[in-house]
Amino acid sequence: MKRLLKGGRVIDPANGRDGAFDILIEGDVIARVGRDLPVDGDTTVVQIPAGLVVTPGLIDIHVHLREPGQEHKETVATGTHAAVVGGFTAVACMPNTSPVNDNAGVTEYILKQAKAANLARVYPIGAVSRGQNGEQLADIGELRAAGCVAVTDDGRPVATALLMRRALEYTQMFNMPVIEHCEEPSLKGDGVAHEGLQASALGLKGIPGECESIMAQRDIALAELTGGLVHIAHMSARQTLDAVRYGKARGARVTCEVAPHHFILTDERIGAPVPYDTNAKMNPPLRETADRDAMLKGIADGSVDVIATDHAPHHLDEKHVEFDRAPFGITGLETCVSLCFDRLVHAGVVGLPRLIELLSVNPARIIGVRGGSLAEGAPADISVLAPDLAVTVHAASMVSKSKNTPFDGWTLRGGVAATIVGGRTVYVNAAVPGLAL
Amino acid sequence: MKKDLLGIGDLTRDEIYRVLDTAVAMREIGERPIKKVPTLRGKTVVNLFYEASTRTRTSFEIAEKRLSADTLNIAVSTSSVQKGETLADTAMNLEAMSPDMIVLRHASSGACHLLSRICKSRIINAGDGMHEHPTQALLDAFTIRQHKKTIEGLKVAIVGDLLHSRVLRSNVLLLTKLGAEVWVSGPPTLVPRGIQQLGVKVSTSVEAAIADADVIMMLRIQQERMQGAYFPSLREYFQLFGMTRERVRLARPDVIIMHPGPMNRGVEIASDVADGPHSVILEQVANGVAVRMAVLYLLAGGVEDEAAA
Repeated sequence: MKRLLKGGRVIDPANGRDGAFDILIEGDVIARVGRDLPVDGDTTVVQIPAGLVVTPGLIDIHVHLREPGQEHKETVATGTHAAVVGGFTAVACMPNTSPVNDNAGVTEYILKQAKAANLARVYPIGAVSRGQNGEQLADIGELRAAGCVAVTDDGRPVATALLMRRALEYTQMFNMPVIEHCEEPSLKGDGVAHEGLQASALGLKGIPGECESIMAQRDIALAELTGGLVHIAHMSARQTLDAVRYGKARGARVTCEVAPHHFILTDERIGAPVPYDTNAKMNPPLRETADRDAMLKGIADGSVDVIATDHAPHHLDEKHVEFDRAPFGITGLETCVSLCFDRLVHAGVVGLPRLIELLSVNPARIIGVRGGSLAEGAPADISVLAPDLAVTVHAASMVSKSKNTPFDGWTLRGGVAATIVGGRTVYVNAAVPGLAL
Repeated sequence: MKKDLLGIGDLTRDEIYRVLDTAVAMREIGERPIKKVPTLRGKTVVNLFYEASTRTRTSFEIAEKRLSADTLNIAVSTSSVQKGETLADTAMNLEAMSPDMIVLRHASSGACHLLSRICKSRIINAGDGMHEHPTQALLDAFTIRQHKKTIEGLKVAIVGDLLHSRVLRSNVLLLTKLGAEVWVSGPPTLVPRGIQQLGVKVSTSVEAAIADADVIMMLRIQQERMQGAYFPSLREYFQLFGMTRERVRLARPDVIIMHPGPMNRGVEIASDVADGPHSVILEQVANGVAVRMAVLYLLAGGVEDEAAA
């Protein structure tokens, strides 16, 4: 079975392509890429309408699929469904499940559920420490063998500098990054919002930006000491970005990601339009304008490596409580592409090729998986994007099990047209006319 | 007035004055031999208190009874909250019984906003977390006005634990709205970030804050703040910020000393100041009833009644 994608603008930064190319998919791989490829008898030609963009499959390396243990929030099946609707062909899922993904049994279970769902690819991330308790290293070699692509104690930082040092040393055997949730616990305290005028006026306990940057500085110093790979997750504070720039300049092996809400929203969203909206509560918190603008600048100047959503589904019941009692987190998979188009590409922050690096090329490189490329012989993981599609975010009709998004009702320009995983079309957006995938 | 009183931000300048003017008439009711009027007859008011409170709860209850409302007190220890019911569920259950007003005291900032989104009943914030305590600020303004005639142009110094105080936030909003010059003072560990942007002057020198002040408002210092390393000891706190007779002399000779209670004598305020000639602390308590009567009356439709009359 062969399919030839014809038309549209192909953007494949890894192979230096940007223009009109044909892509021949044979089975689950990309067989050929070129201009005006010949068509033989058993090839179906799929015409991509003008204006659409064909890119290597998008990869979200920071997702909470909640399974096992919190299936009321999300499952591997619903989470990967949300992923493909959001244009992602692969997600990497965080280990803070119940039980924690700190052993091969849990990893294998997640992969089994992913195989059954048969939507997006799932790359499990294992725990740094057993039970994420911050005491003893998890069996990282076993996790690697079972299919984990990175380790993290996400939800909390790696507890001590010594344990972080050991993790950064040990993972080098497997060439795996340690993904760090940067947070200095005593500075976080029981804070629930960014420490600043908004928190002061609303009477909410604050978390300063330094809570994040101090831990990032520790980890970057340890990456330099050990030569290990550290990836700073969900960066929110301008000081953290400065720390990453400093580390990169010194040659430390540090990469970083930022989530759409941190380059779009500020802590003013907590006060308005809905005061104390728990869908504006996440960790790290929405920060102030200077931080938000610093994230945009870091995206534009190349300091930021990856955009990842920190998709953190929570049940309505859990969020329908007092602000300080609500869990941290918002969903992100189904809004990311539209937000990036609207706030980055159309706003002139980055061009489309750079966006594809942020959403596909760099994520694949950092977690060391195939993907991020439309090279001949690569897996046929392809996202078809509609840069000018008019999109209205409607939380209630999202396919994720949870609807906790602060973007409900937003109208955005740009969206997803179709998602192809391993040569198979797993999502087609009915709102995009003329697409017969 | 808006449907609810969630914070001072809900009130315009004119509405604040309307509450204060109405409270004058309400205070007069409290001085009669029969301290009861039929104004809120047939109205149901629920006092929903998730935090211990003597003064505020009693004050609301007396205010409601003087206006002939049917009142119902729900305290946390006796309610199903202990069984794990959420605030939203409690609110929906109360709402099903159609009370006219709910007075809420809760440890979480913004709890009243949650209730307001669920309930058609009018919500009065009787203190939510570290956010606001609007009726306290209104009764403070009423008390200041009694002594100083006007609030505009007065120097008001607020001293103590600024960070955790809802009384501070409501008073800053109200007093700046009415044109007072507001100074706040406390150890830097207890000053909320960015509070200058609310239009107040911040000084860690209590002497500078209270110099030539017309009003000194003391805030309670909670003992447990020492565990959070906000300050080393109550003794040192009193030395640096405690309101003593010597310090009071720095203020204007006719300064009034206020405290929302409960007081820690010898921690934030010396007994001879609390009980001294400048103290209006018990007047505040007395005025609390009148001001809450005014709020209840105006929220229950006092304005419409006037229009109809």
